Amino acid sequence: MKIAIASGKGGTGKTTLATSLSSHLSETQDVVLVDLDVEEPNSRLFIRGDQTHSQSICKQVPEWTGDCSLCGQCQEICNFNAVIKVGTQIMLFPELCHSCRACSELCPESALPLKPRKIGMLNQIQAGNLIFVESRLEIGEQQAVPLISQTKDYIDNHFDESYIIIYDSPPGTSCPVIEASKDADFVILVTEPTPFGLYDLKLAVEVMRKMKKDFGVVVNRDGLGNNDVLDYCDMETIPVLARISNDRRIAELYAAGELIFSTIPEFKEQLLLLERSLELSTVVDPV
Amino acid sequence: MKEIVVISGKGGTGKTSVMGSFSYLGKSDLVIADCDVDAADLHMLLGPDYQRSEDYYSGELAILDQDKCINCGACLSVCQFDGIQSENGTFRIEAMNCEGCGYCQRVCPTNAIQMETQKVGEWYTSSSKVGSTMVHAKLGVGAENSGRLVAQVKNEARRHAKKEGKEIILIDGSPGIGCAVNSALSGADYVVFVTEPSVSGIHDLKRVTELVKGFSIRSGCIINKCDLNSQMLDELITFMADAGIEHIASIPYDETFTAAMLEGKTLVEYDKGPASQVLIKSWEKIKQFAETEGCLK
Repeated sequence: MKIAIASGKGGTGKTTLATSLSSHLSETQDVVLVDLDVEEPNSRLFIRGDQTHSQSICKQVPEWTGDCSLCGQCQEICNFNAVIKVGTQIMLFPELCHSCRACSELCPESALPLKPRKIGMLNQIQAGNLIFVESRLEIGEQQAVPLISQTKDYIDNHFDESYIIIYDSPPGTSCPVIEASKDADFVILVTEPTPFGLYDLKLAVEVMRKMKKDFGVVVNRDGLGNNDVLDYCDMETIPVLARISNDRRIAELYAAGELIFSTIPEFKEQLLLLERSLELSTVVDPV
Repeated sequence: MKEIVVISGKGGTGKTSVMGSFSYLGKSDLVIADCDVDAADLHMLLGPDYQRSEDYYSGELAILDQDKCINCGACLSVCQFDGIQSENGTFRIEAMNCEGCGYCQRVCPTNAIQMETQKVGEWYTSSSKVGSTMVHAKLGVGAENSGRLVAQVKNEARRHAKKEGKEIILIDGSPGIGCAVNSALSGADYVVFVTEPSVSGIHDLKRVTELVKGFSIRSGCIINKCDLNSQMLDELITFMADAGIEHIASIPYDETFTAAMLEGKTLVEYDKGPASQVLIKSWEKIKQFAETEGCLK
């Protein structure tokens, strides 16, 4: 089971929910939390444990041998302006390269062999029964998608279906979000009950519908703002899975890098509610 | 002409709310560019009138003509993105996965694949309710290349600033450190960070500061929700001093921001409370800082 935790708007509480939910579930089940918000990976700040593995993640980019007839076909082939012929040189812009390999493999003189370029680091941490994996995009690299994609490959190669896998996704509605949630079985959209929260939630819902995903909403900072988010979910028949109240204690714990679920009973109640609605609970409800 | 970019690294620190107030305070002296194109919210505070709207085309999508396809699988063998799917010996394009590189088109022996440019968003030139020109955009869902749309929005804002003789372009940037932020920073004269004293706020500020250093742009910081955690506040202020980031102001946690947002107003027009006073002083400082020449050490 793969669950992605996403949101249109940033700062709505994705990381708070992802770290708390996975820590809570890991008390009874095998859980892997994966931070796919590779531009600003924050989950690690809340996970205490020992690093068990670390590796560089690379993408394949062309490198010019300096020895060719300068036919310019590579420049014409590249749809991303990553290969440009300037005078008697082939200039490469690896941060724009999508690693499609076309320029390299179609070069009639094999003058653009592919070389690995480091785009980030992947780290694995063992925190009690919880396994945590994060990837961090190198500063200056512009594309999050190849790093997200390879991080998911790492997860698929190391953890079978007996694990509950929780993705902490990047904010927004563009390509990194799609990449992070496209193979999830269920997506939790975290929002807050404000006009910004609602507007960005609508965009996120549009993305999920386009991707034909099962999804539900968690309202964070419930009590702030107004009822428009709840009314919208009601009208669109989107399940509201949990409502986390607007509680200064949560913000303070979060600020200090503390996990919230074990400290605040009301928060734990909402997690249990969420667990039941996701049918992740191993405990049978007393009838 | 000076370009001031407001960014945060971490989302949800109050960047757009702060940006809204600065737009209000700058009134018609500036041109506003909302470069947070992926989940743009500023328009909800500034009431733009969508005078002009332009389609934004970017990237291509492979389209397969089944009549010409001989099911040879050449496309499948070159695609690096799972953009070609085969079912019972026939092939189709998975639009969600297609990166638009065009490799499949080049190797198709029967020219069954065409690349089509995609409309992935719209951008607008508006007159905002504060009297200034505002350039903003809406990126279609799941679109890529937001960096190029950001560049387009900025260029249009520059054109208007020149035409109208405006001294300042105020730019709302997006969270993160990726292509959209890189594009928002290029050509900027001054960066305003809006952050909060939390482990995440500091962590993300450090990463985005590293990025800004690469551009050699001077910067200052507004600490929002400054009363959240005093230890983190100390850590944040120490980091800023070491990194040469000017401390513009601190704003205590204040739900008036939300109250103003509910009425579609910027904080400084909603009330004259303590947070508004801090923002008014901050804007004066930022205008001064932006005028000062020199680069971040």
